[in-house]
Amino acid sequence: MANVFTSIGEWVNERAPGMMPMYRKHMTEYYAPKNFNLWYYFGSLALLVLVNQIVTGIFLTMNYNPSAAGAFASVEYIMRDVEWGWLIRYMHSTGASLFFVVVFLHMFRGIMYGSYKKPRELVWLLGMLIFLVLMAEAFMGYVLPWGNMSFWGAKVIISLFGTIPVIGGDLVEWIMGDFLPADATLNRFFALHVVALPIVLLLLVVLHLAALHEVGSNNPDGVEIKKGPKGNRWDALKPADGIPFHPYYTVKDLVGVGFFLLIAAFIIFFAPTFGGWFLEHDNFIPANNLATPSHIKPVWYFTPFYAIVRMIPSFLGSAVWGVLAMFGAIAVLFALPWFDRGKVKSIRYRGTGFKVALGLFVLSFIALGAVGAGITAEVIPAWFGDVDVTFWENLFGRVMTAIYFGFFAFLWAYTYFGWEKTKPVPERVTTHD
Amino acid sequence: MANEVVDHGRRRFLTATTSVVGGIGIVAAAVPFIKSWEPSARAKAAGAPVTQSLAKIEAGQMLTVSWRSLPVFVLNRTKAQLATLPMVDSRLVDPKSDGVSADQQPKYAQNEARSIKPEWLVVIGICTHLGCVPDFVPEIKPEPFDPDWKGGFYCPCHKSRYDLAGRVYAGVPAPKNLPVPPYHFIDDSTIQIGVDPKEAG
Repeated sequence: MANVFTSIGEWVNERAPGMMPMYRKHMTEYYAPKNFNLWYYFGSLALLVLVNQIVTGIFLTMNYNPSAAGAFASVEYIMRDVEWGWLIRYMHSTGASLFFVVVFLHMFRGIMYGSYKKPRELVWLLGMLIFLVLMAEAFMGYVLPWGNMSFWGAKVIISLFGTIPVIGGDLVEWIMGDFLPADATLNRFFALHVVALPIVLLLLVVLHLAALHEVGSNNPDGVEIKKGPKGNRWDALKPADGIPFHPYYTVKDLVGVGFFLLIAAFIIFFAPTFGGWFLEHDNFIPANNLATPSHIKPVWYFTPFYAIVRMIPSFLGSAVWGVLAMFGAIAVLFALPWFDRGKVKSIRYRGTGFKVALGLFVLSFIALGAVGAGITAEVIPAWFGDVDVTFWENLFGRVMTAIYFGFFAFLWAYTYFGWEKTKPVPERVTTHD
Repeated sequence: MANEVVDHGRRRFLTATTSVVGGIGIVAAAVPFIKSWEPSARAKAAGAPVTQSLAKIEAGQMLTVSWRSLPVFVLNRTKAQLATLPMVDSRLVDPKSDGVSADQQPKYAQNEARSIKPEWLVVIGICTHLGCVPDFVPEIKPEPFDPDWKGGFYCPCHKSRYDLAGRVYAGVPAPKNLPVPPYHFIDDSTIQIGVDPKEAG
């Protein structure tokens, strides 16, 4: 029997001699730093969720009906009548939210340990593109059930483009294919959500990993293991502080997968709507073009960006400024490697100013999320009684918006003018033997 | 065929012309795909005028009429409500609708009440910010979003506020007053939305 497998293997190798070297390059001979910690689970978990979204998504399309007349009913059909349909849909909807949980944590890891810095700028840019496509993918997926939140979410997001001077109005009609979100809109979003964007997403993920494996992974010490001493148990020429990705990190990541699936299963089985955070209550009402839900808010992962749109008032007869600020909030993330001129990567050896600024940045992101989700609109009157809620909410939100953008301005000045007092970076990762 | 000398000028010319012609071809081929996203003939045809009787709308009541699938607010304003309009002028972006909102209504509705007959307000209930439908909040009493509220429309999406003539307050995300659709009175208690008085003759 073993003989048969060996000869099949040889047969393939003769005809495709590049496959084994490729496997070795990316798995058994990809030497990753040996000091990865908990924060390094989220990359592989993002990949796991992507696979989950694709598999469950394929099965959802088998029963979903992409038309304004049939979409809502077909989703209810999946939930009630299709065998195990409820599980497949909840895996998909929970997966969407958890995708953003792991991606946000993955991005935070990158900022904390300076993984966006030279020579990994391309890895960061490709990752940001993935984030951007992921947001488009999530938004279009949210429209598909054609609930009332789907409809009004689509209306508001598409109208963002309407604030562009001169061409805005025509652009909005072009995107919707009608004068308001309708059959045409739903159909094209379906096509983009299930065919076009997943292809782009997969391509970007391949490029993200290829770019990473070219330069090698960063680590919690922010030390380049390729510049350290050579020679490990497997190869005399490879970094002493590297270990083969497979089996060492594949096995480590499996532990993360187990833990993650435990949490995901708990949510899917016991709290699939997560109290209105993963699936909003108003989306269990069919789309109604004449009535906006009274408490409209996007799904939680968009709330920080949504809050920024809300915080910027119109100026010179145009609402484009809020939209610019929102896209700007993403654009500054793209440019992060160029704002930060500091040579020291990891937060472990960076100045106090960076640590404080990063803390404030995370705080402002969460606070803007709270504003966007309508938490402040409830909390302010409850805590402070009869006050002008709009005034205080806007003040709070604007301060938080300023901190969000201020992080990037501060980081530039802090590193450009050499104000940062860093600690000495060790020669090798701190856990070497 | 042993061409010893390579003519680089000719090679560059051929590369450039091939790229240009190929590029034009790609752009031309993209046009049908891009145009296919525009509203279809069926979507364009669905915009017929709507006739609405006003007989059953009591003073202070509002009716939402669907025209081109857009919500059109038809509000029968009371004397007290009309009296609030001058009171809020100083807090509005464009109280006379002749600045940034000059194109938000037909000429015949470009007045203080933004209507043909003062009591009847007819506006498209689509927030000029990002297109949500504002809530009708007619009571003149302090509201959580405005302690000095004189009645009007409040958008749940991004908290924009409008007065009872659909005029936008300053300091909110919405830039312009609510649009007034073309409409005319067929008789004292019937309006047609979608047709100007002039066209109706």
